[in-house]
Amino acid sequence: MTDSTPHSSETPASGPAVGQDEWVARHAERRLIRGGPLAPMEERLRAVPWWVWLTLFVGVMCLLPAVTASGYVRRVAFDTVLYMMLALGLNVVVGWGGLLDLGYVAFYGLGAYSYALLDSDQFHVHLPAYVAIPVVVVIGAIAGFLLGLPSRRLHGDYLAIVTLFFLQLFQTIATNGDSIFGHNVTGGAFGIFTVKPLHAFGHNLVVQHQGVFAVTYYFVALGFFALIYVALRFVNLSRTGRAWRSLREDPLAAEAMGMPVNALKLMSFAFGAAIAALTGTIFASLSASVLPLTFYFVLLITIYTMVILGGSGSMRGVVLGALVIGPLLELLRDPNKSRIIFYVALIGGLVFAFRRSRRLGIVVAATLAFGFVCHAIAGALHHSWIAGSADGGLQHVVSYWLIIPKHLAGWIPPVSYVGVICVALVLTLVHGRLRLVLLPPTLYLAAFVWDNVMLTQPDPARYIVLGLILIALMIIRPNGLLGERRVEIV
Amino acid sequence: MADKRLEIKGVSLNFGGLAVVADLDIDVNEGEIVSVIGPNGAGKTTLFNLITGIYRPDAGDIVLDGKSLVGLQPHQISQRGVSRTFQSLRLFLNMSVIENVMAAAYGNTHAGVFRSMLRTPGMRREEREIREFASQRLAFFGERLMGYRWDQPAYSLSYANRRRLEIARATATKPTLLLLDEPAAGMNPVETHEIAELIGRLRDEGGYTILVIEHDMHVVEGISDRVVALDHGVKIAEGTFDEVATNPRVVEAYLGTKAAATK
Ligand SMILES: Nc1ncnc2c1ncn2[C@@H]1O[C@H](COP(=O)(O)OP(=O)(O)OP(=O)(O)O)[C@@H](O)[C@H]1O
Ligand SMILES: [Mg+2]
Repeated sequence: MTDSTPHSSETPASGPAVGQDEWVARHAERRLIRGGPLAPMEERLRAVPWWVWLTLFVGVMCLLPAVTASGYVRRVAFDTVLYMMLALGLNVVVGWGGLLDLGYVAFYGLGAYSYALLDSDQFHVHLPAYVAIPVVVVIGAIAGFLLGLPSRRLHGDYLAIVTLFFLQLFQTIATNGDSIFGHNVTGGAFGIFTVKPLHAFGHNLVVQHQGVFAVTYYFVALGFFALIYVALRFVNLSRTGRAWRSLREDPLAAEAMGMPVNALKLMSFAFGAAIAALTGTIFASLSASVLPLTFYFVLLITIYTMVILGGSGSMRGVVLGALVIGPLLELLRDPNKSRIIFYVALIGGLVFAFRRSRRLGIVVAATLAFGFVCHAIAGALHHSWIAGSADGGLQHVVSYWLIIPKHLAGWIPPVSYVGVICVALVLTLVHGRLRLVLLPPTLYLAAFVWDNVMLTQPDPARYIVLGLILIALMIIRPNGLLGERRVEIV
Repeated sequence: MADKRLEIKGVSLNFGGLAVVADLDIDVNEGEIVSVIGPNGAGKTTLFNLITGIYRPDAGDIVLDGKSLVGLQPHQISQRGVSRTFQSLRLFLNMSVIENVMAAAYGNTHAGVFRSMLRTPGMRREEREIREFASQRLAFFGERLMGYRWDQPAYSLSYANRRRLEIARATATKPTLLLLDEPAAGMNPVETHEIAELIGRLRDEGGYTILVIEHDMHVVEGISDRVVALDHGVKIAEGTFDEVATNPRVVEAYLGTKAAATK
């Protein structure tokens, strides 16, 4: 949408012509009116070409190492770039091709393992990057093509099952590959841990510099990301990209309009797989090791969440999704940051739900009051019930309000956990005043569970957050943040 | 008579024992507009699905320009010059109006995926041509599709304009034989009249041979060179509109419906 001048501006005000969708024709005009004073700026932003945004984005990402010297932050940024690449690849298959591919991470794994075999001490093969990378990409594409062959006539659930089977197959081979006809190929469950960094012309790409994550790898990943982004953008706006999207919209119509649907599906599989394999190369060469379990459901779900959150089908969207989810999962590892995210999300959710109405104030006040009362009662019953705050920081502040027992009796976690789910379910069933009354105890219970149960087990908690994000998204914006596929209302 | 473009020879199709099309013979000549009429469930849409390769006939042959279409995949049949619209609109709703039309140019364009990735000059030229071509297809509808911005998503179109867009998309495969499935369904009288005119223009200016399914007898009367009436998958009458409309079997098939009262 570059040209924003409405087509029908010359239409006289005498009213719409018969059969003409005036309402639709004046879409752009109305957007201007609604936009108020910010609208002209929005229009101007809209007119900025995509490559300017891309350059800006990559530029800002490049500045990150200048802002922080922390190896940890840089590593998280690097992982996020890998996530962005993976999300772009999945977007080809899911967002454009409309194919529910649950075997996607197997191609990532395949790429990582292929590189590991092409440049490690496993078989003492050491190919330079400019040979290894193209070879791995081709291997990925061929594997995608092969998976597509039996699957091309399937769609929906059936396709999902077959591709899931493929992921399992990959796992099995990788885990048991330490004795294929007596040869140790994949290193079994322990993987291959002698993978060399990318190297060319006798130079190694430094992984660590004085024990800290070296930033060169980050730049290499960013370079590949930009390359993939540009290439995919060009493909998307070509006949192939249009055909992919047509096939997502309506395979039968696409076929009847002269598009070879089966071949296009294979191509889409191969494309996604090649991108995943390329990303796998970078990952393996950086990690110096590959393990089977890295490439499993958790990662699959994470990438899907990114794609769905950002908006399946939109390249900017899935990059944004990766940019949000990647660091978020990292932050959630740390209980204190997790806590901050929880309360920010809670307050944000409340503001969104009540939109600054008076009820927002009532609910917040009631929740606070409810908490203080519970806290006082618990404290009066036994001191140890409220003596559990150890983390300092936000938890210390919160501990004046929230019950944080010193010792958590064994029955408390499951009961409170199930309790919060039940109350939340009840909340969706009741309406009006009852809901308003039930909300404060629910929020309090949720906070209790989060602080006492979830934060002691960061790992499941992180993925529960992913689930919650998806649920919230389903309710608020089913097409994702920047999704281009809209839910049709006719 | 004129050259035969399409010959349907003794075609039959069963769905689980139910004969949906039975031993059907229809010829369509070059430059002709043939209407297919018949009550609901007569097998008209199924006939289109057979011609375009979505279903494969159980018996009989479908021949286009002397070559059989049976066994070809729909996209191959499209490449042979057959294109269609769908009764239950099947647009690419989440793509823009012009992209719907551009997408249908797939079969007669060539830029491969690697050339697209590199955006070679040849690919860019072809892309410009596709866009130009698609604009022409849309411009065929004059004012109607002009009021829109072509970069708006197709789902923002009204029902009638979706039908027009489907026709525009069908012509973008560069067909010679056009199959229109109830093009005037859901349109108001003014628009219905327009569509009838448009079908005439498609033949005269576009040079397409047209097979059209239509329930509106005014449209059928206005445009048809020849009318074929189906009932329960069997051809019950064929000839000029007047011949078919007065045919006792047709009147019987339509008995109780308004259409039977037109003559
Ligand atoms: N895929 C299918 N499976 C089973 N039966 C089918 C299938 N497609 C069509 N039929 C049946 O075939 C018969 C003819 O259907 P068809 O859609 O061709 O009718 P039509 O003449 O186009 O009717 P209408 O005027 O309502 O569009 C109907 O009885 C329908 O139920
Ligand atoms: Mg029909």
